[in-house]
Amino acid sequence: MKSKIGIIIGREFRERVAKKSFIITTLLMPVLMLGLMVTPALIAMFSTPSERVVAVHDPSGIVLPALQNADMEYARFVSVDSDADSVLRDTGYDAVLSVSPDVVRNPANGVTLFLHDAASMEMEATISNVIKQAVEDKRLQSYDIDNLAQILDEIHADVNLHTVRVDESGEGESTSSMLSYIIGIFMAFILYMFLLMYGQMVMTSIIEEKNNRVLELVVTSVKPMQLMLGKILGVGLVAVVQVVIWGVLLCSISAFVLPAILPESVSQQVDMLNAGTLDAAAATTDIDLLQAISVLGSVWFVAKLFGYILLFLVGGFLFYASIFAAIGSAVDNIQDASQLQSFAVMPIIIGLIIGMAAATDPNTPLAFWASVIPFTSPMVMLIRIPFDIPGWQIWVSVAALYLSFVLMAWFAAKIYRVGIFMHGKKPSVKDLVRWANYK
Amino acid sequence: MDILQIQNVSKSYTNHKALDDVSLSVPRGTVYGLLGPNGAGKTTLIRIINHITAPDSGSVIFDGKPLTADDVAHIGYLPEERGLYKKMKVGDQALFFAKLKGLKSAEAARELRQWFDRLEISDWWDKKVEELSKGMAQKVQFIVTVLHRPKLLIFDEPFSGFDPINADILTREILRINREEGATVIFSTHNMESVEALCENITLINRSRNILSGNVAEIRSRLGAGRYTVSFEGEPDALFAALGDRVLASSVTKEHGLMKASLRLRPSVDRREVIALANGAVDLVTFDRALPSMNDIFIRTVEDYNRQHGITTTDL
Repeated sequence: MKSKIGIIIGREFRERVAKKSFIITTLLMPVLMLGLMVTPALIAMFSTPSERVVAVHDPSGIVLPALQNADMEYARFVSVDSDADSVLRDTGYDAVLSVSPDVVRNPANGVTLFLHDAASMEMEATISNVIKQAVEDKRLQSYDIDNLAQILDEIHADVNLHTVRVDESGEGESTSSMLSYIIGIFMAFILYMFLLMYGQMVMTSIIEEKNNRVLELVVTSVKPMQLMLGKILGVGLVAVVQVVIWGVLLCSISAFVLPAILPESVSQQVDMLNAGTLDAAAATTDIDLLQAISVLGSVWFVAKLFGYILLFLVGGFLFYASIFAAIGSAVDNIQDASQLQSFAVMPIIIGLIIGMAAATDPNTPLAFWASVIPFTSPMVMLIRIPFDIPGWQIWVSVAALYLSFVLMAWFAAKIYRVGIFMHGKKPSVKDLVRWANYK
Repeated sequence: MDILQIQNVSKSYTNHKALDDVSLSVPRGTVYGLLGPNGAGKTTLIRIINHITAPDSGSVIFDGKPLTADDVAHIGYLPEERGLYKKMKVGDQALFFAKLKGLKSAEAARELRQWFDRLEISDWWDKKVEELSKGMAQKVQFIVTVLHRPKLLIFDEPFSGFDPINADILTREILRINREEGATVIFSTHNMESVEALCENITLINRSRNILSGNVAEIRSRLGAGRYTVSFEGEPDALFAALGDRVLASSVTKEHGLMKASLRLRPSVDRREVIALANGAVDLVTFDRALPSMNDIFIRTVEDYNRQHGITTTDL
């Protein structure tokens, strides 16, 4: 009895894992995902823009020195004494900045930047910052305060919010909410993708078996219930293998690849961040980025995340795949399935939507209940987990999910066993419920 | 002892009764025919025997004990509608089904090789099923059905889709298994000629009920009682005048210069007296019992039943 399910699982598993498409997606997906994450950084790193020459016409005499002192890497400022058309057309300059004489009194309308080509957003922002600062300084000076520079220095403050969440044991774990948000959404999307993809795989494969009547031959030696379970478990095993491969890949990236490619200065700062000795003001790298690297660099943390994904992937898949299986057994072709399918697809999508809301505030009653009730729990709970919610909530959610799988599988099997022999008429929901009541 | 006993089995679906108090028994080692029009309930009965569905009431006794799920290992069933996994190789697929029947891998592979050799399909082993013709796939399905040496074999319309040569090979193999291994065989079929040729006993199911059960020879002679075919030279009128009211019904044709009359005699009359009278009236050439074919019996029994129960055949 047990071994028969094993044989079914084996067939389903081998058939899918041996496919070229599986091998390709399994190996290519992480590369693609990594590419998506790394490419922007690489582009930023290697595409230092060529130096631009900006001609500045500054009758006010305060903007040009400020710009020249600002030490901008990719812009050089030269003085010109006119903003006439001849200067604008001079291709020796990439841009012309025209400053009005009374810029201090009226900065809102006093500055114009003329460009030959598209401006870089960063350059615009820097220039406008520098001018703002220069104007403010000038205005402050007009108050004639003694020791102004010293006072300003003393009141200057760099704030970087360092969020430390304290769990029951009193040990703080440092994560920023932004990072939790990103990790939560990332995990929920992986889950969402897997549940839909593999759930529908179960459904189409059942429809196919039913259509070409292999099923009739298979049920002569296996009970329909065993066949259904075997199929769900076999396909589920494929999903698990895929996630495990990705998990191992990501763990080894975090254990070996990341330390190897990280510049010395960055990894030192990450170490300091982990030790709690990092002076945020002195950091040369963005603190959020440092935190992200610190998280990704922690093999244990990455492994734990994948553990949670697996836990909810398996439970969620078993639960939804049972619904997909019942639907697949009831119809003759994919077209007929589309309507009934919403019984499985809708909760998954709703779960993701509630999960997004939960990511901004993980402790609302809606977020809590949606993460415990099985129809939406896998997605919502995965999003909430990075926010260090109490452990018991996770385990209640897991227990509820696995228990409802058993109930759902039992119910689905009752439909399946009748549905696989039904051909022709497209069944209604009422029909399905009636089938479930057959002896 | 009977290998299979169906006792008062009923099964209902929402809109109709698929089986209504059906009982029958299949003697061990025989070839049994399960007959009936489409939709009569045969497939439901076979599914119950295979433990695929459960009856609402009644019981199934297999090999002396109530049927359990484990007994399926001793039953081989070839469904009427059947298919194979298209993308799977023939050999892998046959192994998969063999293992589902409880055979060990090595044993299954050995037995399969033998069967593939015997049916001369060894070079299909590594082909994908989608490359095979329908008839080829059916041979594979047949092997899968009989491979685990079941005590009871059930074939649902086994010959549909086979060309005459392969149908013949199949029949020979089924009878060989029945003879050499002592397996009991149940045919569910519309093909009455094969029933006459192969089956010892039959059950005719119509409208969810068992309307006729028994030994084929006995049924034919019972339903053929009082029916004779007479060929002779001479005047038919002279013959009927001599026989008088001993004949209930008759028809006359002329074949190859001989007159041929089909007679139905009054049950009480003595056959020897009829022969003597006939011989006196005309030049008698043959006087035969007219045994009805299974085809006639099938049609007549079903029509009689439907008439008695007020069902017109257009309902079917």
